Amino acid sequence: MTTAATKAGARTAKAKPATMAQALGRALRDSMAEDPTVHVLGEDVGTLGGVFRITDGLAEEFGDDRCTDTPLAEAGILGAAVGMAMYGLRPVVEMQFDAFAYPAFEQLMSHVAKMRNRTGGAMPLPITVRVPYGGGIGGVEHHSDSSEAYYMATPGLHVVTPATVEDAYGLLRASIASDDPVVFLEPKRLYWSKADWSPEAPAEVGPIGKAVVRRTGRSATLITYGPSLPVCMEAAEAAVAEGWDLEVVDLRSLVPFDDETVAASVRRTGRAVVVHESPGFGGPGGEIAARITERCFHHLEAPVLRVAGFDIPYPPPMLERHHLPGVDRVLDAVARLQWEADS
Amino acid sequence: MTVQELPGAATYRPTPPPAWKPITDPAPLLPDPEPYRVLGTDAIADADPELLLRLHAELVRGRRYNTQATALTKQGRLAVYPSSTGQEACEIAAALVLEERDWLFPSYRDTLAAVARGLDPVEALTLLRGDRHTGYDPREHRIAPLCTPLATQLPHAVGLAHAARLKGDDVVALAMVGDGGTSEGDFHEALNFAAVWKAPVVFLVQNNGFAISVPLAKQTAAPSLAHKAVGYGMPGRLVDGNDAPAVHQVLSEAVARARRGGGPTLIEAVTYRMEAHTNADDATRYRVDSEVEAWRAHDPVQLLERELTGRGLLDDEGIAQAKEAAERMAAALRDRMNADPELAPMDLFTHVYAEQTSQLREQAAALRAELDAEQDHEHSAEEGR
Repeated sequence: MTTAATKAGARTAKAKPATMAQALGRALRDSMAEDPTVHVLGEDVGTLGGVFRITDGLAEEFGDDRCTDTPLAEAGILGAAVGMAMYGLRPVVEMQFDAFAYPAFEQLMSHVAKMRNRTGGAMPLPITVRVPYGGGIGGVEHHSDSSEAYYMATPGLHVVTPATVEDAYGLLRASIASDDPVVFLEPKRLYWSKADWSPEAPAEVGPIGKAVVRRTGRSATLITYGPSLPVCMEAAEAAVAEGWDLEVVDLRSLVPFDDETVAASVRRTGRAVVVHESPGFGGPGGEIAARITERCFHHLEAPVLRVAGFDIPYPPPMLERHHLPGVDRVLDAVARLQWEADS
Repeated sequence: MTVQELPGAATYRPTPPPAWKPITDPAPLLPDPEPYRVLGTDAIADADPELLLRLHAELVRGRRYNTQATALTKQGRLAVYPSSTGQEACEIAAALVLEERDWLFPSYRDTLAAVARGLDPVEALTLLRGDRHTGYDPREHRIAPLCTPLATQLPHAVGLAHAARLKGDDVVALAMVGDGGTSEGDFHEALNFAAVWKAPVVFLVQNNGFAISVPLAKQTAAPSLAHKAVGYGMPGRLVDGNDAPAVHQVLSEAVARARRGGGPTLIEAVTYRMEAHTNADDATRYRVDSEVEAWRAHDPVQLLERELTGRGLLDDEGIAQAKEAAERMAAALRDRMNADPELAPMDLFTHVYAEQTSQLREQAAALRAELDAEQDHEHSAEEGR
């Protein structure tokens, strides 16, 4: 993606408000225009432009063969993408909703994740699996799962999730360009979040696997990604009134995991809270907390805390606000970071 | 003579399309109720003698490969071998029917098809020996990795055939699956995708009677597995899976139609697994000897041999030559399999990602240290002697 970004960067372009959905669509369009082997396939991605309109206009511009409405069968869609990649194409698969991706799990776990390894490097599969994930949009049952822990636990997959408009574009371009399969998790409640952004001169994002410090601070580090980033940013602003100067790290990629950025931040602040929507038990936060403990034990002033969704099946929409970690819950955790030991 | 020196099936090219029966295009969706046969019928008179002899030689070699590989499990050289003894006609026909540019998508029991297509027999066995998952480059041989999960390779075949078609290549994908595999969701999704996309795919179901221990009657209520094609809108064909020329002919027609843009075909080859599911299975628990004996009388090698000798195409000397060639292959395979494969533990980390993650680099360093410590320990033990 760096080539595209550099090329485009030479031009002068005015940044205008754009949504994450538009940036994702633009990333697909630019990837397809640049590389004829990039094919988009999934249910409703063609004429309708996707249920979230991410693929809007792609079938019109590139034809049905490049942006294909498939039969409704997730295993079949991903399985066909495997064969397409075996023949040299770069398929981008849309899974429509998080919990609808489960029928494709066998293809993902047994083939997509393992083909490079099974063939001793002879047959890498450059497949991007786009999964709109998470809650907060009032979706009914099976439309709001956060499944990142399953993907993280599967060697061979990259797991990437943007939290900003710029990253949505840059990380999706990088994922499509990657020779390895990428599970690209799209936080659907941020689809309509806006930022001033120029598609002609997109910001440089860098390779997959680099976390970024979104806010610097000295008292503690909030480690988060995707839909929980805005929550953490808001919490960090609110914390100023309490006298806490919080640093916020946006992971952007769960696999590979950027131990370096995370450990460096926690060593500076001495305290850490991991924040995510998915259930805490067996979730990403446990892994992250363990990694921090292993690397930063002597720098820690307090145990690493987790603020996560409850360990329950995703609740009905009228109750989801009680389930999703919000600003108060993050601030409560920060308050529990054994500050009294300091003084 | 090394194993590779033996000419693989990839060197054989049938003259397309098969001349002895007109191709119906488009083919009817409903299969004939009786499996199609060539041996012992008038149709055999129109068959290409060169092809028949080729089929015979490959069947003999294939049978020998199966017995040799099974013997290697008893010597501990193979962890497991799912024998295709009794099903060689399907395996060989599948390999012979494809052009070089075509792709084969085998299941775990189809090692023989891969070898008959020209794959090095040792490379074909690495999965079962346990040293590598796939001992060959799939793109080089146009053979997908032997697939252990059931029917999951079928959508791959569809996607590959579809991609080839989009690129303007007249490539056909032949996907093999067993009777049990037809119950899997991936089977149904693959057939549906293939039919909707008119993908140049041929699905070959080897109905060998049992999915490990479960008989066909407990697998499906359909009149035949070939009937399943109808609902997807593709032709279904039923063929005697022990009649090599018949399987070859039916596959040829399907491959030719797929290549012409006529879409996919589902072929059910009715055959029988003479051995247990694998060497780890006890087939006496779920089937009776009389059934096995009845199928022994319908052995694919014997059927073809009888036909060819009866028609004066093959004599004792020809049979002896075929057996000799098979023995040479078996001896070479045995010799090469008797050498321990050289394994590099650090390869564990090499092919997970294009570029190792920092996590894998750390783990690789830890294993390296363990290996170095082991070596130091061995050295000091030697010096201490």
